[in-house]
Amino acid sequence: MSTVNAFGDPLGPRGRRRVLIASAIAVVLVVLVLALAVQRFSDRGQLDADKWAGLLSAEGRSFLLGGLVSTIKVAVLAIVVSMVAGTVIALGRLSPVRPVRWLATTYVQLFRALPSLLLIIFSFYGVNQVLIDNGSAARVSPATAIVLGLSLYNSAVVAEIVRAGVVSLPRGQTEAAQAIGLSRGQTSRLVLLPQAVLRMLPALVSQTVTILKDTAYGSVLSYDELLRRGILAGESERAPLQGLLVVAVIYIVVCFAISTVARLLERRVTRRFGGRVQVTGTEALTT
Amino acid sequence: MFLDYLNTLSEGFLTTLSLTGLSAVGALVIGTLLAAMRVSPVPPLRWAATTYVETVRNTPLPVIAPLFALGLPSLGFDLSFYQWGAVALSVYTGAFVCEALRSGINAVAVGQGEAARALGLRFTQTMTLVVLPQAFRSVVPPLGNVLIALTKNTSVVATISVADITLLSNGLITSSADPIGVIGASAVAYLVITLPLGLLVDRLEGRVLVTR
Repeated sequence: MSTVNAFGDPLGPRGRRRVLIASAIAVVLVVLVLALAVQRFSDRGQLDADKWAGLLSAEGRSFLLGGLVSTIKVAVLAIVVSMVAGTVIALGRLSPVRPVRWLATTYVQLFRALPSLLLIIFSFYGVNQVLIDNGSAARVSPATAIVLGLSLYNSAVVAEIVRAGVVSLPRGQTEAAQAIGLSRGQTSRLVLLPQAVLRMLPALVSQTVTILKDTAYGSVLSYDELLRRGILAGESERAPLQGLLVVAVIYIVVCFAISTVARLLERRVTRRFGGRVQVTGTEALTT
Repeated sequence: MFLDYLNTLSEGFLTTLSLTGLSAVGALVIGTLLAAMRVSPVPPLRWAATTYVETVRNTPLPVIAPLFALGLPSLGFDLSFYQWGAVALSVYTGAFVCEALRSGINAVAVGQGEAARALGLRFTQTMTLVVLPQAFRSVVPPLGNVLIALTKNTSVVATISVADITLLSNGLITSSADPIGVIGASAVAYLVITLPLGLLVDRLEGRVLVTR
């Protein structure tokens, strides 16, 4: 790839020389930028051992990893709830009953349009307020509110992915299922969904990255997850920058691993079907 | 009541709107630069841009915002929280703009470029007359969706105490004791921005389909 031009033709000797010169300049620039950054860190004393020692000590590490466990806990719950609810809503959008279809469509349009953070805040303060007004003694915990808030948003996104997966199947599948006498429910459950799942697997897996990332919003409810612990550790060590940097690295490692799985799946699915399920706007939904 | 909420939220609405506009410009600049690097024949540029995109895409926005706003002042960079918010949103969204642009360029069939050159068009002619116009068309829908996502993502500034729609809604929920009404009002405030954008994207998308 390094020796082709924009049209995929191999480069001639002059082109190769130009690429070589540009590469050398680019490497110098990148090294320069990195060197300046390191210089800045050390000038401001941000590379001093005492800024990092506490965070990276055994104690600091287990504190942060404990936060990661809480993060993963709410993330897994939110993923499960979103997948189940999203599938149900997708079936609602594909339903032959008009009011059901409208209801599901309204749900998807409304909750896709709202920020996850707002939904998390609402799930906590809002739901608890309603409980108080009704004289109930029950309260929603921050963890529950995070799962609820994330599920409200992500079930709408999952519904769109599942719908696109089902719609992408050849019409003959539905026709054949009905020809052998399956009911509508059976057609969806036994014929369409199992085939659609495979096609939409990459999109669903990358959606789990979004959910995992968005659990960090839970820190506003003082839920003891990774971001909050990073901020707290940074405060107690008088190293806010370092605390957040370490936390960012942990998130990147975990999310990158999941993203890689999604990419491998996508490659397999593409090979199998000769094309990826096009879910309109999923690229943006996964932001 | 409902109108009172909307009135209170209107100031946050302007903050959200201006942040969206500012970060959209920043993200487009960063994203275009990254996309150019990613399709360039110079390997180090490609690696640098790929590293940027993969790193940023796998970092939660609610981590990037405090990392900039609370962390970077220790390196001697002093900006207001509003400005840090705009920077964080631009840096984050830039990665997604890059991917949208790249997928658009890749969507133009190779045969188009080949045909153009078979006709004897030069490189610049091939690019400006054949490849880029088609790339632009297929880029509009995903770019529009990135913009909608950006609008919602501006809510991250609420975590660094910038008074946007989300932060003001948070205050209203506790002060008014009417969470349902407040959430309705803030939903309206966000929908006023995102719905027109969504409709615009849908229409443009429809047009792209027709022309293919």
